[in-house]
Amino acid sequence: MTPISYYMALSAILFAIGVVGVLVRRNVIVMFLAIELMLNAVNLAFVALGRRIGSMDGQVIVFFVMTVAAAEAAVGLAIIIAMFRNRETVDADELNLLRW
Amino acid sequence: MPQPLFAFLAALAIIAAFGTILQRNLIHCVLGFALVLIDLGVLYMGLGAVTVGFLQIIVYVGAIMVLFLFVIWLLNVQADAGVRGGGLGLKLLGAIGAAALAAELFTIFFNAPKLREVRTIAPDFGSVATLARVLFSQYLVAFETTSLLLLAAIVGAIALARRLVGQTARIAPPAPRSAAAETPPRREVA
Amino acid sequence: MAIELVIGAIKAVVIVLLVLGLTTLMLWFERKGSALIQDRIGANRAAVFGLGKRLGLPNFGVINTVLADPIKMFTKEDFVPDGADRFLHGLAPFLALFPVIITFAVAPMGDILRIGKYDIDLQPANLDVAALYVLATIGIGVYGIALGGWASNNRWALLGAIRASAQMISYEIAMGLAIIAVVVTYGTLDLQQMCRAQGGVWFGFVPRWGILLQPVSFLLLLISGMAESKRVPFDLPEGESELVAGYFTEYSGGKQAVFMMTDFAEVLLVAVLITTFFFGGWQVPWLYRDGFHFPGGASWMLPNVVVALLQFVAFWVKVIILSCLQILIRWTLPRLRYDQLMRLGWKGLVPIGLLNLVVTAFIVVAAGGK
Repeated sequence: MTPISYYMALSAILFAIGVVGVLVRRNVIVMFLAIELMLNAVNLAFVALGRRIGSMDGQVIVFFVMTVAAAEAAVGLAIIIAMFRNRETVDADELNLLRW
Repeated sequence: MPQPLFAFLAALAIIAAFGTILQRNLIHCVLGFALVLIDLGVLYMGLGAVTVGFLQIIVYVGAIMVLFLFVIWLLNVQADAGVRGGGLGLKLLGAIGAAALAAELFTIFFNAPKLREVRTIAPDFGSVATLARVLFSQYLVAFETTSLLLLAAIVGAIALARRLVGQTARIAPPAPRSAAAETPPRREVA
Repeated sequence: MAIELVIGAIKAVVIVLLVLGLTTLMLWFERKGSALIQDRIGANRAAVFGLGKRLGLPNFGVINTVLADPIKMFTKEDFVPDGADRFLHGLAPFLALFPVIITFAVAPMGDILRIGKYDIDLQPANLDVAALYVLATIGIGVYGIALGGWASNNRWALLGAIRASAQMISYEIAMGLAIIAVVVTYGTLDLQQMCRAQGGVWFGFVPRWGILLQPVSFLLLLISGMAESKRVPFDLPEGESELVAGYFTEYSGGKQAVFMMTDFAEVLLVAVLITTFFFGGWQVPWLYRDGFHFPGGASWMLPNVVVALLQFVAFWVKVIILSCLQILIRWTLPRLRYDQLMRLGWKGLVPIGLLNLVVTAFIVVAAGGK
């Protein structure tokens, strides 16, 4: 059997990769994916710790995170569509109208 | 979950996660992330969370990721500059920072003393019945609230993505920045 | 332990071979059956050394579809268009076929077969969340189609892929609602348990099959299943009069054959699901574990091996009949328009499915279910 700490380590690595993704990429869709990656890394930690303390709460929270992620994807992608329609770009650096 | 299997899945997840953030082609990014999600779903099943693992594959991989593909095709943005911006020094600094973050989290979680022991669980842990019992008793209010959230998301998505008259997809090259402010009066499509 | 592994491997091989064999059979029925419906002769040329003619048999086109077509397909040039994503172009057909094939792992082909001291469950993989597993694999099935269309670097193919993914996601919801209503009715996600619950008869002669409990679900699953497998009234992703051949426009040779096999495997899969949920799976009326018990009090005891064999045959006969029904529907109905397709899915099937689910839940609670 694999100790829970291994799962936590994997979760930490995935989270760090997600952070890097948001920082190094300027494509909004990839940034969005990287955010989802961070959410999933946290989900893994929830499930693993829930397993450790023998409680269903971790899984329930993962269920809610999934729901929120679905809502987030729907609205986020709609925003990206609206943005692309107005500016013809999905590059976060070019959205600088409000920049001083 | 046996350790060799865990090692394989963990390695696959990390490689796919790197693929997600480093690939130039957006479709490849999405596929890399879909692979991460399937992988995590299997890990959940290995942790006894069978229902959540399958839900992960049904909801995330089967629906949300396809939505991503759909939007990418709809906008026809395929090639991308990939990782760019900043000098070599900045990139190096960023890499060191990321490694430091990973190392820090890794050390904290990996060395947590109580996480090393393995605990046995009840056979119906993570089954549909158990999950549903918790979900519909203790978390009932939260559950009902999520349905409201989803409804709001549907309405919001339609309101945002709906095409308005006078705002067709541009065929001409993008107008200069200043012109973007003066959009023609909008009328909603019947 | 070792013997269990061997048994599991044998079950896996049996189901895969059966599915591939039946896929070919469906291919034959599609060609010859459509010829019959359209008053044509259909495939009737190929023969091995003229054997059939020498024996005075009419040519039913079996050699054509079972031997000649596959040989032709797999020896054709495997063409990859310029500018295509070579890796994904090659991967996509298998990404489409694989989830369909692995779904058959939960097909309950029979009850318990007893050999010596071993009790063999004739369901290849006994999952207690099998219904979720089916939904998950069907959900993954979208990728092969969508990526095949995208990786071809062809507008028609991409349009086909977009149509396919939108259609499959939309009808997955109706399909899920139909399956959930069945799950609520039986109170289990285990397909084998569902089959067991459909044993016995009402009033001595009506088999207790799910179609009598869930007729609405049956129709929903049939329609949405046909839409999932992109069969004719719903074949807009292929739509040869508009999109050349849709998502597999740029495929040839073996890879195109794999896409075709996926189509027919999906037909079989829908038939397997409908059989399991609504037609008693492996149940034969009046056949119990120890033999037939007829209503008049007469009974006919049978050894366990014969019972298991009867159940196995009954299951696949039902599957073949339902597959043929789908092919008949295919050659009967014209294609929908895309807006009609979406309207049917979202404004027709989904609300009906929701209503059916709510009514089912009320009845189950009123009847004192769990």
